[in-house]
Amino acid sequence: MDHAAGKPVDPRILEVMLPYFTDECGNPSSPHSWGNEARKAMEDARSRIVSFIEAKKLEEIFFTSGGTESNNLAIKGVALRNKDRGNRIVSTAIEHMSVMNPCKSLIKQGFDVAFLPVDKYGMVNLEALEKAVTDKTTLVSVAYANGEIGTVQPIKEIAEIAHRKGASLHVDAVAACGQVPINVQDENIDLMSFSSNDMYGPKGIGALYVKTGTRIEPIIQGGGQERGLRSGTENIPAMVGMGKAAEIAKAEMKTEAERLTKLRDRLIKGALEAVPSAFLNGHATQRLPNNANVRFSYVEGESLILSLDMLGIACSSGSACTSKTLEPSHVLLGIGLRHEEAHGSLLFTLGRQNTQEDVDYVVNALPDIVKRLRAISPLTPKEMLQ
Amino acid sequence: MYTDKVLDHFRNPRNMGEIPDADGVGTVGNPVCGDLMSIYIKVKNNRIEDIKFKTFGCGAAIATSSMITELAKGKTLDEAMKISRGDVASSLDGLPPIKMHCSNLAADGLHAAIQDYLKKKGAQK
Repeated sequence: MDHAAGKPVDPRILEVMLPYFTDECGNPSSPHSWGNEARKAMEDARSRIVSFIEAKKLEEIFFTSGGTESNNLAIKGVALRNKDRGNRIVSTAIEHMSVMNPCKSLIKQGFDVAFLPVDKYGMVNLEALEKAVTDKTTLVSVAYANGEIGTVQPIKEIAEIAHRKGASLHVDAVAACGQVPINVQDENIDLMSFSSNDMYGPKGIGALYVKTGTRIEPIIQGGGQERGLRSGTENIPAMVGMGKAAEIAKAEMKTEAERLTKLRDRLIKGALEAVPSAFLNGHATQRLPNNANVRFSYVEGESLILSLDMLGIACSSGSACTSKTLEPSHVLLGIGLRHEEAHGSLLFTLGRQNTQEDVDYVVNALPDIVKRLRAISPLTPKEMLQ
Repeated sequence: MYTDKVLDHFRNPRNMGEIPDADGVGTVGNPVCGDLMSIYIKVKNNRIEDIKFKTFGCGAAIATSSMITELAKGKTLDEAMKISRGDVASSLDGLPPIKMHCSNLAADGLHAAIQDYLKKKGAQK
């Protein structure tokens, strides 16, 4: 139940990719017939993505190496291209590190970046946003949904506020894409990052939607592929795979989201009922269908993960003890949790393989695991141990 | 990521619990950092007769606490003061590099418990 960390490639996707590793090895830049075949495959994949996110045309989709690169390109590309118009960027305190860190690097280059606080559910405060977006703001960057606590933002309203001041809106939709329907035209999104693996496609490929007319410059330069915005020889099999992933997501997302929402709520309700002093992180309803994030007082997340792993259950935690930086998740701190609360958080991300039996297995396993670790912990109140 | 010994001590921690009438107690770490450890000792004839621990923290924090109780039990206070963080880690067949500093607090906890005992003993005289 750690699908956000990595998903298996759907066999239907793998199947359409395979010929492009061997027989169909043309380079779309070549004028000969092999090149033509590759170009056709690439544009076919692009058109599936256009249809999936309801973009207007093929020229608005740029393939990248994944969500991280798409976020870097959107933020640095728009900020640098528009610095004659303003040097302010507005984002939030709970963005993915591939948004936070490019913003921080822009601060070093003289940009003024506001990371807006969010409420205890992880929701952006629209009034605070309105105040933060000034005439000097060229870009507002807010994730469609938070990958860790699952909170889904009111994107349409955010777009309206950004556009009123003439700023572009970038949406990091890596966690949301394939989970909830997104219509970039209806929701007035100017730039949107998304990745293939989050839709059961291969890793190492993603895309950035750039609405026609948005001013942006490349961060990777070279032979001018992807209409000059992202150079580098095209990874045709991965593009074909991502196109197929978008097509399948478009067809199956609604049914799957309904199924996952039921499992998610069963898992959350089950965990909170089975374990005392357990709490939900994030919003109860404005939440991704696959995301259940629960915290348990007096215990630490890595020891929970190890205990669950021994029973064949995989999940993640926002605890400092599982991070490379030894800092607890900035998202959990951003929604106002104390460090020791953030340490006891467990993140389950459900996927196509998960069944109701899986959820029940986890819910049944949790009480004993938490109880054992609480017995070891000096923080546990004495009365809880009796 | 963890050695079999670390996982064994995490799964079956030795000497877990509190000693209500402990002669010395050492508490190190901080729940803010994710690791908090209390070591309780009973001392008789200058030797650690009994030792127990309670720990909030990751797998490494629990395993090192468990290991230190095994290393220290029966030792004289001088011998126990010489047990180092490195000794604890090597007795567990090593710890991941990132855990060497943050979660390898058990030796500090033991030393703090001994110092607490010596302080209390000094006060009695």
